[in-house]
Order: sequence, then C-alpha cells, then structure tokens
Amino acid sequence: MRSENSRTLSVRVWRGRESGGFRIYEVPRLESQTVLDVVTYIQRSLDQTLSYRFACRVGVCGSCAMTVNGKARWTCRTHVAGVAQGDQIEIAPLANLPVIKDLVTDMSRFFDKWAQAKGQFYGTRTRADDFARVSPDSPQRQAIDAAIECIGCGVCYSSCDVVTWNSAYLGPAALNRAWTLVNDVRDTARVARLAAVAGDAGCHACHTHLSCTERCPKNLVPTASIAGLKRAVAAAALKGGI
Amino acid sequence: MNIRAQVLLWTAQRISAAVLALCVLVHLVTMIYAVKHGLSAAEVLGRTRGNPGWAAFYALFVAAIAVHAPIGLRTILSEMLRWRGAALDLLVLAAGIALALWGWRAVWGVFV
Repeated sequence: MRSENSRTLSVRVWRGRESGGFRIYEVPRLESQTVLDVVTYIQRSLDQTLSYRFACRVGVCGSCAMTVNGKARWTCRTHVAGVAQGDQIEIAPLANLPVIKDLVTDMSRFFDKWAQAKGQFYGTRTRADDFARVSPDSPQRQAIDAAIECIGCGVCYSSCDVVTWNSAYLGPAALNRAWTLVNDVRDTARVARLAAVAGDAGCHACHTHLSCTERCPKNLVPTASIAGLKRAVAAAALKGGI
Repeated sequence: MNIRAQVLLWTAQRISAAVLALCVLVHLVTMIYAVKHGLSAAEVLGRTRGNPGWAAFYALFVAAIAVHAPIGLRTILSEMLRWRGAALDLLVLAAGIALALWGWRAVWGVFV
C-alpha cells in the first residue's frame, strides 16, 4: 500500500469563463491536505494564470467556496481525503453565479439580493439612547440566534435549485438574513421587509428541497428561516398588511 | 400580478392541499371499499344518487383540485419554461375553471 506522500491527485479544474473547459493537473497528495491547498499548489507551482479567491484559509471569511465534485463547499475546510474519488477530484466555480474567470465568480447578484430583501437594520435609537433590552430567552431572540451566524459564503445560493430555475429568486442567504431582522424587536421596517421577501421571487418560491440546509458549512437551517417568513408574510397578507 | 395576490395564491394552495389530503384519504378508502365488496357501477350509483353528503364531499374535492392544481401548474411552467406574466396567469385561471366545470359536471352526473 502506497503512502499518501507517494501518490498524486488528478485534479480537473475549470478554466475560462461561462464558456471554457476542465484542465487536468497532477498534484502531490499530502496528509491533511485541503482542497484549497490543492488549488494553491496548482496556482503557485503549476499554472500561475489560475484565478481563485480566498482569504483566511480557516473557515472564517467564506470567500473560498467552490464546487467540489459537484457540490458547493468551503475549500479551506474540505479535506481531499473526504471528497476525492479514488485519486481524482473536480473543482469548478460556484454554480448560479456568473464566472469572472476560472474559479472566481461574480458575487454581486448574491449580495444585491440581500439588499433587495431589506437585509439592512432600520432602527430609531441614537447614541444618546440607552441600550435596548432583549431577553436571551425570548422566542424572537432565539430565532435570531439560530440564523445569525451566516457569513455570506454563497454555498446555499449555489446549491439552490430554485435559484437555478428562477434567477429572480432571492435565495436562502438573503431570506435567512431577512428572517433575523423580522425577529429583531428593535427593527422598524418589518412591513416593508415582509413585502420585499414575499411572492414569486421571494420566500414563497422555496420548494423546501433543503439543499441549502444540507450544504451550509455553518450548519444553519435557512429552510426554517424561509418557512418562518412564509408564515409571517401570509399572516400579514391575510390581514391586509402587505 | 401584485405581491399580495402572489402570497394569497400560495396561501390558497396550502389550504387546498390540506383539504385535498383529507379528500384523497376518504376517496381512497371509498374506492378500496367498493373494490373489496365488488360493488357494480349500478350499486355505486345507487349510493350516490340523491345523496347530498356524497355530492357535497365530491364538490369540495373538485373545488380543492381546481384551486390547487392551477397554482402548482403556474409554478411549474414558470420554472421550467421561464414563462411569467399575465398570459400565464390567464392560462392557469382557464385551467382552474375548466377543472372545476368538468369535475362538478361529473359530480352532478352521479347525483341526479
């Protein structure tokens, strides 16, 4: 049996933009090697023209998400040993986003949808006011806690079938963000936000496939957030609030 | 179609799905009963003719289908064919009306 150090990994890497193709690179296989290590090796030792995006390398920034063997993942937190099929691996840019070059996608549309979903906080207090008192045990605060840790990596958006079928759909991350604000008792834009996330391009387009929940590297449950929005929006619509 | 109407469509589909779940269950039990007991068409008609309970049940069943199916069809056509807008809405409205009329005609047929 050969040790990992004596083996090489055959890596298919997407090269080009929307049109392009996979190019194969042979990369030495190392112990505890991550997919980001592989991409970095290719760029630094084999082909300096390869473009990819990363920053922290430790699962904090969320900028290194790519499609690895057909599934969106953080490459920095994905070990080769966990995803390689034999000694082969395929690395592509995130799906559902325009490709700028190679493994780099244009995230503008993804973040624009956070703004469309009114992902900004709207409050009334100023520096002169006292802190708002929000009980950690309140249902609203607990709903926020369950959803707040999103770092905007785009894995859920890339994994969502509804985004693929309906390019106007806001997507799991933007809706998850809106859900945290709908539950924020300090926020003053609840009605406008519910209207912004409603309808055919909003939460009601979700088919509950749960791909976002299955793939979220932070183990968040955007599907539950979207379900909460559906209920809140439907209740508001029935009461004539939106 | 405005946002509120889209939300109300979704709500109508949810409510009609709940009604359908119950109706399909009753319908399946009825079918199994009819088959197991070897009921003929005449015997089935003997139970449904003049029976306002069965007529009301199946009229409700048809109504739930006529609401539920076109809304789902609208989503499927929208996602699969990238088709959106008033023409699509009118088409599925027509489909809903057709389903309701055909279904209620059948209910009337086994009632009178």
